[in-house]
Amino acid sequence: MKVSPMPPLYLSDLRRRTAANVVAVHGADGVSLRLLEMGLVPGTQVTRVGSGPMGDPLEFELLGFSLSLRKTEARRVEVQVQEVREKDASQS
Amino acid sequence: MNENDKSLHVALLGNPNTGKSSLFNALVGGQQQVGNYPGATIEKFVGRCKHEGRELAIVDLPGLYSLNPASPDEQVAVDVLLTPNAADMQGMDVVVCVLDASNLVRNLYLTTQVLELGIPAIVALNMMDVATQAETTIDVKQLSSALGVPVVVTHGSRQQGIGELRSAIASAAVVATTKVTFSESIEAAIAAATTATFDQEAACQRRCFLNELTLSTDNESLENEQAKANQTTEFSAELDLCKQQFDAAGDRISIEPIARYAWINQVVSSVVVRADTERSLVRRRWLDRVLIHPFSGSLVFLAMLTLLFQAVFSWSGPAMDLISMLFQWLGSGVESLITQGMLRSLIVDGLIAGIGGVVIFLPQILILFFFIGLMEDFGYMARAAYLMDNIMSKVGLSGKSFIPLLSSFACAIPGIMAARSIKNRNDRLATMLIAPLMSCSARLPVYILITAACIPERQILGGWVSQQALVLLSMYLLGIVVAICVAWILKKTMLKGKTPVFVMELPSFKMPSISIVSRKMFQQGMDFVKQAGTLILACTVLIWALAYFPRSEPAVEQLSATQTSGIQLRNSYLGRAGQAIEPVVRPLGWDWKIGIAVLASFPAREVVVGTMGVIYNLGDEEDEASAGLKDHLKNATWDDDPSKPVFTVPVGLSIMVFFALCAQCVSTLAVLKKETQSWRWPLFTFVYMTVLAYVAAWVTFVVASNCLSV
Repeated sequence: MKVSPMPPLYLSDLRRRTAANVVAVHGADGVSLRLLEMGLVPGTQVTRVGSGPMGDPLEFELLGFSLSLRKTEARRVEVQVQEVREKDASQS
Repeated sequence: MNENDKSLHVALLGNPNTGKSSLFNALVGGQQQVGNYPGATIEKFVGRCKHEGRELAIVDLPGLYSLNPASPDEQVAVDVLLTPNAADMQGMDVVVCVLDASNLVRNLYLTTQVLELGIPAIVALNMMDVATQAETTIDVKQLSSALGVPVVVTHGSRQQGIGELRSAIASAAVVATTKVTFSESIEAAIAAATTATFDQEAACQRRCFLNELTLSTDNESLENEQAKANQTTEFSAELDLCKQQFDAAGDRISIEPIARYAWINQVVSSVVVRADTERSLVRRRWLDRVLIHPFSGSLVFLAMLTLLFQAVFSWSGPAMDLISMLFQWLGSGVESLITQGMLRSLIVDGLIAGIGGVVIFLPQILILFFFIGLMEDFGYMARAAYLMDNIMSKVGLSGKSFIPLLSSFACAIPGIMAARSIKNRNDRLATMLIAPLMSCSARLPVYILITAACIPERQILGGWVSQQALVLLSMYLLGIVVAICVAWILKKTMLKGKTPVFVMELPSFKMPSISIVSRKMFQQGMDFVKQAGTLILACTVLIWALAYFPRSEPAVEQLSATQTSGIQLRNSYLGRAGQAIEPVVRPLGWDWKIGIAVLASFPAREVVVGTMGVIYNLGDEEDEASAGLKDHLKNATWDDDPSKPVFTVPVGLSIMVFFALCAQCVSTLAVLKKETQSWRWPLFTFVYMTVLAYVAAWVTFVVASNCLSV
């Protein structure tokens, strides 16, 4: 995967119905560990689905299940958007 | 395996929402016992069944995502597997890993961890129907050979595959030989750290090493007993070395997840023929679009809450009336059997009244549990937490605190117990400490009686709302508002900490199983009766004794029985105490009679209704609905000024505010003690709530008196 020249993108920045691949989970505490254990390891494809009443928490889909994270937690996950998947997602 | 050991010990384990409980029910049927794990108050479900003469003792462990525990619930499951002796459990002979076939990749994470523990294992592939719907085909044989253990396809709620699973368990499952290997340096460090000679212990040490290695320094409150027990000098030396090495290299915590998911992805790609994850999400998406949509989701949520409260407070009416009638009948039955005296008084006023006071709330609590169970099983509770998270995070809590607080509207005891699912100690404590501020159903009789006696019946707001209903509603709101403030203050001071994180799976929806929900409801109901019943009973008997002794001689022969009981009460230890504390309650606008009614209601708030009945020269068979007690309260006057009524609007409000905020419930305090393993928190709760209640009642009385006299 090529390193993009753009500033890093995080799960919290992902627009609705957009899919992206995890690049890394930042932070070294139990929360980051749990994010990794829930499947947010580098390479996993994540789709942003929706958000809660006042824009927080956010809802994501990965590995066939639905995971909700607050923006603060989503900001720990660095991602990279896949151009092709974005089209797919917007069609469905 | 040991011939003498009759039963085979089996642990049932898996991620949350894998249909594990329905599988457990299908395996053992009615043969279940509920206990507690030693040192923890998490329910332990043990069930027994027989397979070809061999008894299987199956433990249903709490659902967990990883053997690296993140909450007290998860810690228990890990303790059972890693330190059987510390958890006072038999070593497990077999572990059954329950997998959700429609969510295979993430489910396999825990499975790979468990397979490495050196305990014979079986994989139960559950919810295959959901996977099939999503046009996912899983090659079971291939999966079994990849994992190195038998794989049985099951369907818990349809009783499918249960016989096969039992026979797989009984026919000595195999220890998996497959394991996820880490980089050479880690494997070398593990090998050097492991001093055990036999396989299972070595496997446990491997697990502990990985836990210690991956889990960062902020170990939060979870004491890693298993780690300490297994730590030899070699172990800690190697661990420190390894930690340093990886801290320098960067991400220490990602070592295990990355290696495992790499392994899993490889297995899954060879096992799953066609995974159309998009499709499996279609149904959920449709429902979720409504249920967690910012607008429609909030509407559904409010509708659900209204329905819940409606159910708890009105549908329970007939059952509560029936129970109340039953206990009255029991009381009068005993009265007719035993002659007047101490024994009769003890049985009727102490025991029957005490037990009745607890059992009367059982219908409400069962209905509440049933609804919560339904919503949980359907998958709605996670959505409710999702919707509430934003609001809860404003006071430093998370959406997960919402369910405990919701339960507390029926009774704080199940609410406090439900707080176990909260990971962080401080957040869990904050939730438990504010739970008793929610107006529980025991406050309702008090509110109803005092409203009826003190608040004039009038329609306000153009005749739409009755003034009494408004007062009742504001008492509920008061509790909520105060709870929010207290939570905010606690999180800023004593229980400092960041707003907790919110990482939660939104499980797929499924048809709730009535049998599971009912079973859970009855079990929780029994828990309540046991927890609350024993204590309230003891305290009721104590209060009875304080009100009964010392016996005073009836001064005038012609006095009616109720008048005699009034005099008796005034001269009893309780009455004397009441008169002694009158200066304390006077600022609240109360006379000594209200004072002792409140004192006597220390074991349980609702006791105040009965006590007032006795004090205001009535029999003690009064309840909030009886016109007699209401009218007597209205007519009550001050001892020193018979022209002044006691129960004015300010006095009524001050009593209700006091009860809305006070901690007059021994059972709640006892549960707090049990859950926190210390007397500190119940004591703190009692003090803060009582002070708060007193001050608020005083302010209410002063403000209301001034406003109304103008």
